[in-house]
Amino acid sequence: MSEAPLMRPLPVITDMNSYFWRSGGEGLRILRCGGCDRYSHPYVGRCPSCGSRDVKPQTVSGRATVVGFTVNHQPWFPHVPVPYVIAYVELEEQSDIRLATNIVNCPVEDVAIGMKVKVVFEKQDDDIYIPLFEPA
Amino acid sequence: MYREKETCITGIGQSAIYRKPTVYPFTLALDACEAAIADAGLTPADIDGVACHPLGSSMVGEGNASASPTDIQKSLDLKLTYYGSGENAAQFSPVLNAIAAITAGYCKHVLVWRAMGERWIPMYSHGFKAAVLPRSVSWKVWLEPFWAPSASNWVGIHASAHMHKYGITREQMSAIPIVQRRNAARNPKAIYREPLTLDQYMDARMVSTPFCLYDCDVPCDGTTAVVISRADLAKDMRQKPVFFEAVGGGAQGNIGDWVSRPDFPDMMMHDAAKMMWSRTDLKPKDVDTAHLYDGFTYLTMFWLEALGFCKEGESGAFIEGGHRISPDGELPLNTNGGQLSEGRMHAFGHLHEAVLQLRGQAGDRQIKDAKVSVSGVGGGGLGGAVLLRAD
Repeated sequence: MSEAPLMRPLPVITDMNSYFWRSGGEGLRILRCGGCDRYSHPYVGRCPSCGSRDVKPQTVSGRATVVGFTVNHQPWFPHVPVPYVIAYVELEEQSDIRLATNIVNCPVEDVAIGMKVKVVFEKQDDDIYIPLFEPA
Repeated sequence: MYREKETCITGIGQSAIYRKPTVYPFTLALDACEAAIADAGLTPADIDGVACHPLGSSMVGEGNASASPTDIQKSLDLKLTYYGSGENAAQFSPVLNAIAAITAGYCKHVLVWRAMGERWIPMYSHGFKAAVLPRSVSWKVWLEPFWAPSASNWVGIHASAHMHKYGITREQMSAIPIVQRRNAARNPKAIYREPLTLDQYMDARMVSTPFCLYDCDVPCDGTTAVVISRADLAKDMRQKPVFFEAVGGGAQGNIGDWVSRPDFPDMMMHDAAKMMWSRTDLKPKDVDTAHLYDGFTYLTMFWLEALGFCKEGESGAFIEGGHRISPDGELPLNTNGGQLSEGRMHAFGHLHEAVLQLRGQAGDRQIKDAKVSVSGVGGGGLGGAVLLRAD
């Protein structure tokens, strides 16, 4: 984690997403059903698989696989050096839990579909921890 | 009975299209709306419904929605029994809403438009260059914090997965911008009309892989408008009506969600296409011209697969070399040059061109005996499709 991370457009924190963004950097938290153990993301108030209302955040392993990525070359944000990688990763616990993220601590040209990665957090303002992924 | 068949497009209008606008975008919206009403042989007093995507604010001037229903209504002095802006089929939402309103009996003639003013009021340059970045809301919270503000990033990720799975190449992709640029030479309104070569394509700077500059559509200012009418009224109207044979929209995946769809890399377009074909006896082989969203080349390729013009994973082979999708091919595609050449009229340029083809009014671009056209818009978390027929 760098001393002064580059500024990002931060999410508006709501009661539906604070568990995810304000993890304290301790681990990636995803909602899980107490009835059938299925994970859901983003927020649900009822498990879409079994109908239970017993859905709570649970810390997951943070291990995932890259399933798609783009190397962004366009300087949308003048303060952010390009190129950088935006990827979708699927969590080890359940493959249909998919997150957009940046792949960090890895040369851009080394990122590949199927690559195993693990979560690393970047602390931003407002107590927000951005889950990024690096090679596992 | 699928009641979209009781409705039709009776008027179309399009403003000038500007890469470097010298005219305020709301003025362009008025040009298009007045032209569409006149084309239908109507006056503003005959318009009793409006539908628009998106609603925009009640204030004129947002770049991505430069003419709101409020402002158009006031300027044209419309007396309405229906107005709507709900989302259900991406940029074709107002088309589906208009059809629903007409068949429910709320109104007879609905004015629908898409007003683009992104050049006058740029989308990205203000907010992301500010000292304090804007906070992200709604579904964008899952993308923007990762410096992924653009659909080029989102579609690029989907494209990478699809290319990886099926071995599709950028050389294959190049057929779409190259063929469409050739088509644009016959469209006086198109922003870019000079030929595009494979070398130019392969040497172009990258925006967000696999998309280079020529895979991305061209932001522009301009408005396209259509009048949608009750079909039984159309027989006495000025133009030959173009009928809705079938429409598709809805959401089998989560609304607006680009990331979480279980069948990734499929997108909402696959749902819209499936719904559309479920509402007609016509088949892909019956389609004479295709007008498919090309915000990025790969969206068009996903549409070709979703609509069943080729099998899943075969869009690269289908378009390779451009023969099948050229005006003399089996499926003439984006005959006006599409958004990659004409400019980002945000799906309504495609709809406008489909109507011209089916009326036989496409001039140098006319596809002989065009009777059935399809248009699909969106991808990702939104999608809409319409199947149109000449009679």
